[in-house]
Amino acid sequence: MSAIHDVVIVGGGAAGLRAAIAVAEADPRLSVAIVSKVYPMRSHTVSAEGGAAGVIGADDTIEEHIYDTISGGDWLCDQDAVEAFITEAPRELLRLEHWGCPWSREPDGHIAVRPFGGMKKMRTWFAADKTGFHLLHTLFQTSLKYPSVMRYDEWHVTRLLVDDGRVCGVVALELMSGRVEAIYGKAVILATGGCGRVFPFTTNAAIKTGDGMALAYHAGAPLKDMEFVQYHPTGLPFTGILITEAARAEGGWMLNKDGYRYLQDYNLGTPSPGPVLRSMELGPRDRLSQAFVKEQEKGRTIDTPYGPVVHLDLRHLGEKLIDTKLPFVRELCHKYQNIDPVHELVPVRPVVHYMMGGVHTDINGATALTGLYAAGETACVSINGANRLGSNSLPECLVFGARAGTAAAAYAGAAAPAGPAVEAQAADEQRRLEADLRGRGGRERIATIRTEMQTTIEGAAGIYRDGDTLAKAADKLRELRERAAVAALDDASRTFNTELTTALELTGMIDLAEAIVHSALRREESRGAHQRTDFPARDDERFLAHSLVYREADGTPRVEHRPVTITRWPPGERVYGR
Amino acid sequence: MPEEITLQVARYRPEQEDRPTFDEYKVPLRKDWAVLDGLNYIKDELDGTLSYRWSCRMGICGSCGARVNGEPKLTCGTFLTDYAPGPVRIEPLANFPIIRDLVVDLTDFLVKLGAVQPWLIRDEDKPVEEGEYLQTPAELDEYKQFSMCINCMLCYSACPVYGLDDKFLGPAAIALAQRYNLDSRDEGADRRLTVLSQPEGVWGCTFVGECSRACPKGVDPAGAIQRYKLTAATAAVKKLLMPWGQR
Repeated sequence: MSAIHDVVIVGGGAAGLRAAIAVAEADPRLSVAIVSKVYPMRSHTVSAEGGAAGVIGADDTIEEHIYDTISGGDWLCDQDAVEAFITEAPRELLRLEHWGCPWSREPDGHIAVRPFGGMKKMRTWFAADKTGFHLLHTLFQTSLKYPSVMRYDEWHVTRLLVDDGRVCGVVALELMSGRVEAIYGKAVILATGGCGRVFPFTTNAAIKTGDGMALAYHAGAPLKDMEFVQYHPTGLPFTGILITEAARAEGGWMLNKDGYRYLQDYNLGTPSPGPVLRSMELGPRDRLSQAFVKEQEKGRTIDTPYGPVVHLDLRHLGEKLIDTKLPFVRELCHKYQNIDPVHELVPVRPVVHYMMGGVHTDINGATALTGLYAAGETACVSINGANRLGSNSLPECLVFGARAGTAAAAYAGAAAPAGPAVEAQAADEQRRLEADLRGRGGRERIATIRTEMQTTIEGAAGIYRDGDTLAKAADKLRELRERAAVAALDDASRTFNTELTTALELTGMIDLAEAIVHSALRREESRGAHQRTDFPARDDERFLAHSLVYREADGTPRVEHRPVTITRWPPGERVYGR
Repeated sequence: MPEEITLQVARYRPEQEDRPTFDEYKVPLRKDWAVLDGLNYIKDELDGTLSYRWSCRMGICGSCGARVNGEPKLTCGTFLTDYAPGPVRIEPLANFPIIRDLVVDLTDFLVKLGAVQPWLIRDEDKPVEEGEYLQTPAELDEYKQFSMCINCMLCYSACPVYGLDDKFLGPAAIALAQRYNLDSRDEGADRRLTVLSQPEGVWGCTFVGECSRACPKGVDPAGAIQRYKLTAATAAVKKLLMPWGQR
């Protein structure tokens, strides 16, 4: 059996589902397939908490949201892309409202908005503090009404089919049966989210192994700006569970071991009792995470069995506000940390949260390969530059999911079906996976290699980096790539073999770790989330540029640079708190 | 506190055996460890062949449901120390076909979810350009509880009716239908009535209430079902009295 569709979408989170609906609405005759390694409602969009930014208030303007985003991204954003994104975001959020999303409301029934980090105006729409959950379920349930959208739930995509530079489908493993099939599509959209699991300590769910990035990279599409890894300043210490930025937006304080609001020492403004936009606790995430490291160096953090922490203080907000606006924060603190934020301080530390980088696309989600599109965290358009602002990622999934869907539909309507060459590729891939099940020669456990990869990248590409450590990590990762290729598989079963999928994920993650490290090594400056202790200043002369990383035939990454698109906002100083 | 705890994990490998068995594993007993951490320890360190689903490990994705000492639980939010000194028995959710080990087949739920039309239905759509449908916080509260369902299937595992008759729509599907029926923006209640008022719809429920007790998110499917029975009964009486009427 091999199936034939017009558009094949890999991933069923916000970007993938939004793309599917866009194709279905563009032309109901086009057959759409959503291929996901999990049921769509399990996708990691579900974990997003704080909200989704879109200009709606009478006192707010598109121009201001653009400026916040570009300055927040330390001028690495492509400004034409940011402009399109911010102009279209409110309409996408309204569309979600029309599809039933339970947005929180003002007393008169209008949409409510809250402040968010790095944003000069209140423009973050929210559904209490389960925004991603509601957004995902609304999209998933809405997608069920389109008969042209077919789903392959729990199918793990292992390869892109490429015919003479043109992508025309995927090969996927059905978990339940173990069969490996070609799923042909005139266009393919990658929407598999980020790759936080490359790191040991992350807010990202177990499934966030960067599969789409690795698929594209392997097929010859370049990845962009992979060195920009966002550390969110407030994760719970053992689990890495995210405590949403909304906790600070509602008025939470960051305190060091002396109970002092230490952010005032880092050029982020002066403390006042209530939240002040673009100031102190509502500064951007890169700056807050960097401030934590400095506090740690000064000995002003608190040691715990799971590393140093600072405190998030929500006590002064009161039970009523916490229960109305931050009920999930209270639930998570209670269940996973055994504390009540109404009465106690919440221990937090920076945690890997988001990849600014991803598959290089244009403003319509098109990648460097004909027929291949990408949207959401998988992609790098780029609207996030060197540091994403909180609450820009959910609307990014919607705006660029819709754009990629529309573009893929137009392309697929006119494209020829796949040529015969790809059948041989599909057969090769089936043989490769069969061979894996018969044994791979090595004796090392997958978890051993994965842990080494995570330790290596955390040591080299954390909040602060330097050239020597990065170069050593690059060597180590090359060694791990070879060891991973032959890592032992205990499980020879065809039925729901999660050890095989774990092994496939690991090889992809090592590719991505190498892409991150090599891109970071080549960027000899400090910008946004990429801070080099050996090059502490931003260098617009040499590096007002995107990194593009290509995979050579032997697996080695090759890094190039291309200029950032600057339209109306020339590079300037990032100013917070004044 | 002892340093280790024994997990008795249900195994079912359809290529090797025709019924589930148990394997025992000793895992570290740590204060912060959830049952899921124990399973991950087994998978990573002891036995790579164990299959189970998990993802967010923060109780929101709904993947990791299993029976822990007989009760349906999210394994990411159920802590080993609560079961010390053990052993702890971990089995797949009840009432579903088992695919492998702790992994069950959810196809039936997905079909039922689609059948109740869980999307906003309007007689006439308002163009997006005209802005949002107004909805007061009180109107939001009417359905909000039922929108919290994470589709984890613990309620189906707990439901004795579904255990006896898998044609029963079941707690989550009915609660999600009610989530839209009670939404002030929705006008699709009549269309959902056909499915919900079948014998396998709300009338299948004998109000045992196990579903609401099992729910990790505070949704009350049993309440949704009881409330809907009244709606369905009223609709049936109206239809008897006015057989030629629209509603």
